[in-house]
Amino acid sequence: METVVEARGLTKEFNGFRAVDNISFDILRGEIVGLLGPNGAGKTTTLHMLLGLTTPTAGDIRILGRNLEKDREEILSRVNFSSSYVSLPYSLTVWENLSVFAGLYGVKRPGEKLKGLIKTFEIEDIKDSATRKLSSGQITRVSLAKSLLNDPEVLFLDEPTSSLDPDMADRTRKLLKDIKEKKGLSILYTSHNMKEMEEMCDRIIFLDRGKILAEGRPSEVMREFKGASLEEVFLKIARKEKTCFDGADG
Amino acid sequence: MNLPRIIACTTRYLYLYKRSLPRLMEVFYWPLLDLLVWGFVSTYLSGYKGTLPDFVSFFVGALILWDILFRCQQGISVSFLEDMWSRNLLNIFVSPLSPLEYVVSLLVISLVKLVLASSVMVAVAWLLYSFNIFTFGVLLVPLVANLIIMGWSVGIITTAIILRYGQETEVLAWGIAFLFQPVSAVFYPVSVLPPAIRAVARFVPSSHVFEGMRRIIRDGTLPVEELAWAFALNAAYICFAIIFFSWNFREVKKKGLLSKVGE
Ligand SMILES: Nc1ncnc2c1ncn2[C@@H]1O[C@H](COP(=O)(O)OP(=O)(O)O)[C@@H](O)[C@H]1O
Ligand SMILES: [Mg+2]
Repeated sequence: METVVEARGLTKEFNGFRAVDNISFDILRGEIVGLLGPNGAGKTTTLHMLLGLTTPTAGDIRILGRNLEKDREEILSRVNFSSSYVSLPYSLTVWENLSVFAGLYGVKRPGEKLKGLIKTFEIEDIKDSATRKLSSGQITRVSLAKSLLNDPEVLFLDEPTSSLDPDMADRTRKLLKDIKEKKGLSILYTSHNMKEMEEMCDRIIFLDRGKILAEGRPSEVMREFKGASLEEVFLKIARKEKTCFDGADG
Repeated sequence: MNLPRIIACTTRYLYLYKRSLPRLMEVFYWPLLDLLVWGFVSTYLSGYKGTLPDFVSFFVGALILWDILFRCQQGISVSFLEDMWSRNLLNIFVSPLSPLEYVVSLLVISLVKLVLASSVMVAVAWLLYSFNIFTFGVLLVPLVANLIIMGWSVGIITTAIILRYGQETEVLAWGIAFLFQPVSAVFYPVSVLPPAIRAVARFVPSSHVFEGMRRIIRDGTLPVEELAWAFALNAAYICFAIIFFSWNFREVKKKGLLSKVGE
């Protein structure tokens, strides 16, 4: 299988504080990899380094076989990103916002593409509303539509479903899985929804304080940490150090 | 440089202005008010016939030209602020658009705003004060070009500072041009400045533009030396602005600030 993302010795220091500490991993074509870990573990920082938004302190990144620093433009036109923390210009309508990004990604026949995505994410009724009037769940859907405009080969998603209702979240997961099956889309995914991670991910990477604590299929990781679910594993890992600390304290 | 991407990015700002009355007001409101107040002041003062010929032309001409510089600088900085406020910078910079293409789209939008504001000012100056700026003829071209380039340079530098230092420096977008106003000798000749400030003014391109403008109004001749100074200084200004922006952008990515701007 072809490797689409290759991170080697990736490290990010902010004023001497190591947010990401020498991590290495691969993502294969058609693979969904979940990045999980407590708040502040370094998930977002890792995603931002892979997208060229943050420069690593050390380490190498290759995406689609190319060097991120040298071939930024080529790489970025073949990947995409969505985050529940990033918004779209409020004064523009949904249609306007999407068509601007279609232009930025050089989408051929943008009209057709937009119509298709608007239908997929069921945002037909709000396509002419100003983005300011949308609920956060609706903005998330528009943002996801944006992230599929250029038929990306790799998708970076930072807590993409956190503001969707269970029904829409479920359908989004199905849609992403479907694109993965049909087109070999690879996804690097962060989420605090452990059930979602179990269901979606071929592989998970558990980050804690910038380091990889565990890596493997969800079932393998669950076995390794003797948890019945990822949620249990997460709680075990996240609370382990805390319990030690509590013990020492009391 | 990819033209379709620059066009897409520019369209974004045009959509903003299409529907927003306050934003359109910002383009027309201040220039018009300035023109009304200063135009009437100079009309009034010109009643006291002094030694200054063409009092109204000096003032109104200066005002229109000053506004060109101001609009260009502000057009860039405020459009950038719009991206910052709408928390959209990440989406923009994960697209293939390069930072340089982004800056170019800011320059284009500042020109659009400039053309809109200036046409209104020129028309009103002509209607109210019978001041026809086109009597400058082709000499207007180098004057305006220099003001645009200087406005761009200052705008790009301001944008870089806001990108790096965040919200607290937002006020620069509106205020920085005024820092240059006294040394630009907009409404008075450089000779009235105290020697120390005069020395500074020498290295500000706009001071040469306004000296040149007064020369044209007074003598009707081409102010070759002033224009040469202005162009040379501006070449340095715009180069510095671009280098400063690129360096700053790299620093911002090192500090991981792109995702934090506007917070
Ligand atoms: N630009 C920055 N400057 C300084 N510290 C940062 C910056 N970005 C993130 N951090 C710190 O790095 C750590 C990891 O953050 P982040 O990657 O956002 O975590 P996560 O997404 O896993 O919750 C946190 O402690 C955060 O405070
Ligand atoms: Mg995060």
